Amino acid sequence: MTSYQEFIQQNEDRDGVRFSWNLWPSSRLEATRLVVPVSCLFTPLKERPDLPPVQYEPVLCSRANCKAVLNPLCQVDFRAKIWACNFCFQRNPFPPSYAGISDVNQPAELMPQFSTIEYIVQRGPTAPLIFLYVVDTCLEEEDLQALKESLQMSLSLLPPNALVGLITFGRMVQVHELSCEGIAKSYVFRGTKDLSSKQIQEMLGLIKPAASVQQGRPPAPQDPAATCRFLQPVHRVDMNLTDLLGELQRDPWPVPQGKRPLRSTGVALTVAVGLLEGTFPNTGARVMLFIGGPPTQGPGMVVGDELKTPIRSWHDIQKDNARHLKKATKYYEAMANRSSVNGHCIDIYACALDQTGLLEMKCLSNITGGHIVMGDSFNTSLFKQTFQRVFSKDYNGDFRMAFGGVLEVKTSREVKVCGTIGPCVSLNSKGSCVSENEMGIGGTSQWKVCGLNPSTTLGIYFEVVNQHNAPIPQGGRGAIQFVTQYQHSNMQRRIRVSTIARNWADAQSQIQHIESSFDQEAAAVLMARLGVFRAESEEGPDVLRWLDRQLIRLCQKFGQFNKDDPTSFKLSESLSLYPQFMFHLRRSPFLQVFNNSPDESSYYRHHFVRQDLTQSLIMIQPILYSYSFHGPPEPVLLDSSSILPDRILLMDSFFQLVIYHGETIAQWRKAGYQEMAEYENFKQLLLAPLDDAQEILQTRFPMPRYVDTEHGGSQARFLLSKVNPSQTHNNLYAWGQETGAPILTDDVSLQVFMDHLKKLAVSSST
Amino acid sequence: MNVNQHTPMASPYGQPQPGYGQPGFAPVDGGYPAPYAPYNGPASAYQPGPPPQGPARGPPTSGAPSAPQQYSQYSHSQGDMQNGPPPMTQAPPRPAASQPYNQGAVNLSGPQPSYPQHYGPQPSMQQVTNQMTGMQITSGPPTPAGPGYGTFGWIYISVSQPPVNTAYSAAPPHSYTQAPPPASSAPTQPPAPSPPPPSQQPFNSSLPPTSQQQFTSHAPPLPSSQQTFPPSSYSGPAPTPSHAPAPPVSQPQQSFPPTQPPFSSAPPPNSHPAFVSGPPPPAQGSFQPRAPPPSSQPGSFPPHGPMPPQQQPPPSQLPPYHSGAPPPRVQMPPTSMAQNNHLPPGPQGPPGPPGSMQQPPPQPGIQGGYPPQQNGAFGQVRGPQPGYAGPYPGQPNYGAPAPAPAPAPAAQKRLDPDSIPSPIQVIEDDKAKSTEPFATGVRGQAPPLVTTNFQVKDQGNASPRFVRCTAYNMPCTADMAKQSQVPLAAVIKPLATLPPDETPPYLVDHGEGGPIRCNRCKAYMCPYMQFIEGGRRFQCGFCSCVTEVPPHYFQHLDHTGKRVDCYDRPELSLGSYEFLATVDYCKNNKIPQPPAYIFLIDVSYNAVKSGMVNIVCQELKTLLDYLPRENPEMDSVVRVGFVTYNKVLHFYNVKSSLAQPQMLVVSDVSDMFVPLLDGFLVNVNESRLVIESLLDQIPEMFAETRETETVFGPVIQAGLEALKAADCSGKLFVFHTSLPIAEAPGKLKNREDKKLIGTDKEKSLFQSQVGFYNTLAKECVAQGCCVDLFLFPNQYVDVATLGVVPVSTGGSVYKYTYFQALSDKERFLNDLRRDVQKLVGFDAVMRVRTSTGIRATDFFGSFFMSNTTDVELAGLDCDKAVTVEFKHDDKLSEETGALMQCAVLYTSCSGQRRLRVHNMAVNCCSQLADLYRNCETDTIINFFSKYAFRGLLNNPTKAVRDTLINQCAQILACYRKNCASPSSAGQLILPECMKLLPVYLNCVLKSDVLMPGADVSLDDRAYLRQLIGCMDVPESHVFFYPRLLPLFESGSLPVAVRDSEERLSKGGVYLLETGLHLFLWVGASAQQELLLNIFGTPSFSQIDPSLTSLPVLDNPFSQRMREIIESFRAQRSRYMKLMVVKQEDKSELIFRHFLVEDKSASGGASYVDFLCHMHKEIRQLLS
Repeated sequence: MTSYQEFIQQNEDRDGVRFSWNLWPSSRLEATRLVVPVSCLFTPLKERPDLPPVQYEPVLCSRANCKAVLNPLCQVDFRAKIWACNFCFQRNPFPPSYAGISDVNQPAELMPQFSTIEYIVQRGPTAPLIFLYVVDTCLEEEDLQALKESLQMSLSLLPPNALVGLITFGRMVQVHELSCEGIAKSYVFRGTKDLSSKQIQEMLGLIKPAASVQQGRPPAPQDPAATCRFLQPVHRVDMNLTDLLGELQRDPWPVPQGKRPLRSTGVALTVAVGLLEGTFPNTGARVMLFIGGPPTQGPGMVVGDELKTPIRSWHDIQKDNARHLKKATKYYEAMANRSSVNGHCIDIYACALDQTGLLEMKCLSNITGGHIVMGDSFNTSLFKQTFQRVFSKDYNGDFRMAFGGVLEVKTSREVKVCGTIGPCVSLNSKGSCVSENEMGIGGTSQWKVCGLNPSTTLGIYFEVVNQHNAPIPQGGRGAIQFVTQYQHSNMQRRIRVSTIARNWADAQSQIQHIESSFDQEAAAVLMARLGVFRAESEEGPDVLRWLDRQLIRLCQKFGQFNKDDPTSFKLSESLSLYPQFMFHLRRSPFLQVFNNSPDESSYYRHHFVRQDLTQSLIMIQPILYSYSFHGPPEPVLLDSSSILPDRILLMDSFFQLVIYHGETIAQWRKAGYQEMAEYENFKQLLLAPLDDAQEILQTRFPMPRYVDTEHGGSQARFLLSKVNPSQTHNNLYAWGQETGAPILTDDVSLQVFMDHLKKLAVSSST
Repeated sequence: MNVNQHTPMASPYGQPQPGYGQPGFAPVDGGYPAPYAPYNGPASAYQPGPPPQGPARGPPTSGAPSAPQQYSQYSHSQGDMQNGPPPMTQAPPRPAASQPYNQGAVNLSGPQPSYPQHYGPQPSMQQVTNQMTGMQITSGPPTPAGPGYGTFGWIYISVSQPPVNTAYSAAPPHSYTQAPPPASSAPTQPPAPSPPPPSQQPFNSSLPPTSQQQFTSHAPPLPSSQQTFPPSSYSGPAPTPSHAPAPPVSQPQQSFPPTQPPFSSAPPPNSHPAFVSGPPPPAQGSFQPRAPPPSSQPGSFPPHGPMPPQQQPPPSQLPPYHSGAPPPRVQMPPTSMAQNNHLPPGPQGPPGPPGSMQQPPPQPGIQGGYPPQQNGAFGQVRGPQPGYAGPYPGQPNYGAPAPAPAPAPAAQKRLDPDSIPSPIQVIEDDKAKSTEPFATGVRGQAPPLVTTNFQVKDQGNASPRFVRCTAYNMPCTADMAKQSQVPLAAVIKPLATLPPDETPPYLVDHGEGGPIRCNRCKAYMCPYMQFIEGGRRFQCGFCSCVTEVPPHYFQHLDHTGKRVDCYDRPELSLGSYEFLATVDYCKNNKIPQPPAYIFLIDVSYNAVKSGMVNIVCQELKTLLDYLPRENPEMDSVVRVGFVTYNKVLHFYNVKSSLAQPQMLVVSDVSDMFVPLLDGFLVNVNESRLVIESLLDQIPEMFAETRETETVFGPVIQAGLEALKAADCSGKLFVFHTSLPIAEAPGKLKNREDKKLIGTDKEKSLFQSQVGFYNTLAKECVAQGCCVDLFLFPNQYVDVATLGVVPVSTGGSVYKYTYFQALSDKERFLNDLRRDVQKLVGFDAVMRVRTSTGIRATDFFGSFFMSNTTDVELAGLDCDKAVTVEFKHDDKLSEETGALMQCAVLYTSCSGQRRLRVHNMAVNCCSQLADLYRNCETDTIINFFSKYAFRGLLNNPTKAVRDTLINQCAQILACYRKNCASPSSAGQLILPECMKLLPVYLNCVLKSDVLMPGADVSLDDRAYLRQLIGCMDVPESHVFFYPRLLPLFESGSLPVAVRDSEERLSKGGVYLLETGLHLFLWVGASAQQELLLNIFGTPSFSQIDPSLTSLPVLDNPFSQRMREIIESFRAQRSRYMKLMVVKQEDKSELIFRHFLVEDKSASGGASYVDFLCHMHKEIRQLLS
């Protein structure tokens, strides 16, 4: 038998699934004792170049409340042409088209290697993709120019038949009509007034006011695409729109001294959402919001226009001093929900030196599966390249994006689903497999993910409901089926089905097996998601305490130790890294708000709950590579001891990519040795991390902040804040070594953390 | 029902009265139909009376003649009026006797005569009159019949106060009575013999010559006596005479009766009964009465006399009236009278002859066309006789009246229209008199009439072009004022345009401290400030407070106590001037920004289809170069902006840096805002290309629109918000087509309900439908946002409501019903051009200060008032007048007179803040007679009409009308009681300067606003009501009493004729101007040559009635005609579209509506009838 490592890897590659436990405890009681719930990270659209979609529709179980899809785990009676559903045990006849089925002639979905399979649904009309740009014009000239160029560039990346629309806003909101000749025409909305979707559509002339409709003739059925002057195929309005973008001016309303420009972001979004809602409900659409500052007026306002009143900080929020926070959040949440109902996703591209209100607006993207990109300016490569990457294409030349996804989870009867954490929204579909115990977004077995890409990963939490006294027959397996329906970027409707199964294990007799089936990476991420999820609604310290307690309980459960003897504490290999992950997680910006603005926190959390396992782990515990003359680049401990004068360090924390030149290296570089032919090797050394960084930059979305710094440089803080402060001003002399660099912090180091952990784990009083 | 439907029009008429029957007219013009439709068939209305006449008319073309006759009579009568006195004279000759007759009327001078008709009309009347006449004539003799009635004799004393005479023409009036008697009367009278038809006599009274006629007429009845009468009353003669003739034929009385009948004939009898009774005799008599107050009384009374038996009583009455004035006049007047008479004579002259002719039974023959008249039976009277064309042909009429009667014997005697005061006569007299420039230096001097061309020299009081008062002699006490009921008011047109030969007000800069003002009342430095203490202080003429003269303004005094620099400083020597205001006078203490003009164009289906959008856009391209500027050399600093709308608004960004304009659509009409700032309001020169591109594209963009709904409130809000955003004042030009029914603030519903007319709820139709616009107006005023509204309705648009904002912001409403590009383009464009180009002040505040004793208490016009003293005008242009009413709050002194200072603070079109000051001083008097001597009827009418039209908002129409009539009666009764020389109660005696009050008042009462015809839409009424609100005196005058010019020869401007069908000659061509409409009436038998000259076709039938301008023909006559039309247009603030009306054509109904001396299709009384009614009212007040 292959090792669990391989098994896990294999499963991830095939199904995009990573379970915290790969053997499931067979009863509810035991499951709860495992501390880390049975849960998984699921990447619905994991790229599978090797998996061609099948051109027919899935066969469903005929039981109304089951409707599970025929899969390799089902028992099939080829002679009777009957299959038994492995979830509800319903026996179903095959449809007529399967008449030729036999042992040797099986459809793909019955083959074990097709535990994940993708169907193309031919039903229903196909709608073009829609991209609606919502652009803030209260920008500096330079920023606006850069943004305009990016937008113009993006037109060339869109498929010709995609519909585009443009809304600009500042003090007012303008919806530009794209189909007109001659005079450029736009509809203007006041930035301070909340409007219902119906009002917006009336005002845009998309529907007749109710009154006049009643007057007789029934409203003629309209083809939205034909009638909507605001969303037009790229190929038709390419030139027009390019000109229009080119002529975009900064918001012309004067901004008095001491004031912020009036920015009607809230209304602009309402209009965008309302427009799409009325014209293209249930169609893949992407609202792309570009903002250069916080909303300062109207609904969704985050801060007043008085510059003397700074935008809320964590401090304000904790003291309940953020006037607009609740109202704005509620406003954007409502809008996000509306948008998600229609399957439209909202991206936020926020580029400003100060906060832009992401804290309030984050739900727009979180709920609808949109992107959030945060930068300092639109005139940076961070934004430009990130934006470009939104339109990146896969091996088939299709956009790496999908729309209107609906994820449904079906479980065999011993397991129920508690909830998910990720960029999705509940569809409130109750069913037999829904647990009453909610974790994350629960109470449903279906979630809507309006915007998806191949890396979008959901954390899904389960509950074993089998009672302790109702043992599962030996060799039984629990099964879970993920059914994801979505609109592919080539406009096809597709359904991807992943069916997985895990063995049951008796936790009392097989605890070692269970322990060895533990996927500590997945578990760390899944627990981290739970922590982040809690952090959204709870006080920071409470979350940390909860995390700590979970960690301690886990250590107590699986650690080997003698009571009250910390030194005797030992963890098996499958758990050995877990405490370290937790240590870094505690220090991460996902749970620590110190030194982060509310916007940054929101931004980090946003990405954390949607990235796949690898990226998530990087986020929790950045990767540190060391470059030296002593050998090839090597990963080193994320520890202050790794900061040495003659090394170049490359740290990837997902959001930042830091190249740190040690003291000596920095001096050499300053002296210009790299320019000298005889120091070619030094030049090579300098270039090596740059090349590696480039590689990361190429693939990462969003683009990380790229920092090139050196010992003593101000930007070195990015590195210093991440490494384990094993050497601080407090213990530096105690260690008395010249290795590493002391970190000026009072934070506990990993060593201290571990000491405490051991102490608590072995303590009989906890 | 609506409104304007042409078709409907028809029905209206058809109804009852024969006259109305003609549906046709209404339809005539798209635009007009509605309004005018009401008219009856042309003459028809009149016909009632006419029937008798009718025949007359019809048959003989003469019909016309007859008419003319009548008219002429009237005209004469006017003369007569003046002559009125003459009768008196006559009377004098034979006191008692004459009285009974017309003579009495004579005394009255013109006016009287007419009255009788209405009232007196009834048969009895006639008889009476006849009797009267008879009575008068001989006094006892023939009249007998009349006896009882005699009382009626009305004596109109045109000459209000003989005394007045001293000063001006006033005298003349008096003179009439007086004069007449002597000369003419006597002589003519003799002929009177014919008198039998005495009734006629009255009319004749007016003109001596005529009088003769009268005599004749009278004569008939009372051979001898009559004679006397006639003569006495100049006019008297004429009328009567004519009758006389008739009478002879029939019986004197009969003849009369008939005459009357024509007028009030049938109807009157009943209605007027009251009058009748008295009137009958009086009617005629009364009219005539005037003439010889004293003598006349007797004579005039004659009517009374007529009732010999009764006479006595009557006489007594008469006396009372005359009492005051009459006597004096009689004597005094002679001369003056003469004058008056003279005038009339002129006209009469011509008539005279005929008259005389007529008088004798022969009259018929005499009249030529007229003849019939006398016969009464013929009724021709009315028919406009070719011959009559002459303005004053009248005389014949007298007889005429009779003629009509003939047919309707029952008809009582008619008043001779020529014997009642003639507006034309008064106007012409004033013109003749005003040859010198009018210097304003003399306090209390009444200026020439508005119809007179004169030059003004500012010598310390404001020019009448800026300020006109109702009375230039104000009563000293409130009691007096109350007793007389004469309104004390001033019509102020602060920014009036002056003729090129007069200097516009000088601009005075008092430096940083701003204008020098009185410390207490804050009056501005003016000629009424008295410098004392060697010039170190000045005493305020208004409040008497003493104020230090600032050092920089100090100047020594000369030996007379005047400042040495008095004549160097406009504010010390002139009545009108301007101060440069300092920043203290600016809103928010900020120098104002230059104003902006915003054009808001309706682009709904109707607007596009009618061509309006296209026309506006085309025109604006050139018009924008003519935005107002103070220095013609410079470019205008006014910025412009553009908005189009249907049920949403489209703003345009026309920033100069753009290659193409940008359209910004605002659909959120419930909460209007301005979507852009930069690029909306631009300088024309900088953004010319973009603007032109925009104006080219607008019509194209909306060419295919199918949107029919519009909004209105948000449109104004948009403009207002734009001005607010730009922090400037300005003007909105809104081009709108339909009732704003789209969902938005200010949404309206169609509430036109004809059923409400005449009920107590009628007033609600004049009120704003929703409160929204009142609030909006207030906001506009606060921002200095003036709104001009151009309406192009095809149906009801609720002008009453839409007009609220324009009216409250000092804007104008223009209405082009059933706008058609082809025919209405010119009118619209001219209005638009003028409106855009004219000088206008923004964000204005007007304050009227007065000397202690009186106070400005009420204001009328287009403005808003947030307190009781400050008149706030978002915009004030050169055509807007504000009427201010004054009330006493203390005593005034004769010595100091009454002072008023009107100061208007405004922002000029160049953005300069200024103060325009107009000063006016009038005399004060402690004698009522002085008050009545120095009034201006035109201004009084202006005040009355505004007062009444505003009253409509809160009172039933009938109540408003009654109030007007009452007040007028009280004014005249007060005069009669306190100023006129004792005379018979049956005499109607009018103050000289108010002798036209009845006729003008009748015009007000008959206006569409107060007495709508069936086809006058609610919108038209509301429109007119609002329009009058800010009219100045010249415009209100011509509006109520249109100018009717006969066009015969190519010489100088012809003398106008009275607005009566009887004055129209079938062979003539007439031009009628109301200030809003311009008609060219072509007689059915107009000479071919004339037609050829005008229309280029000799055939009447080939004249295209749809012409809106005359063909350019190369002959002097055509050229002259076009010049006249152009000059008329140039005089008015709105362009008048020319309508060609062919006699007997449907469109004639519309035209006839403006013949205001005739009975109107909607039931408005004829001049004569109304005069009778007024007389009755007065008598009631006196008894």
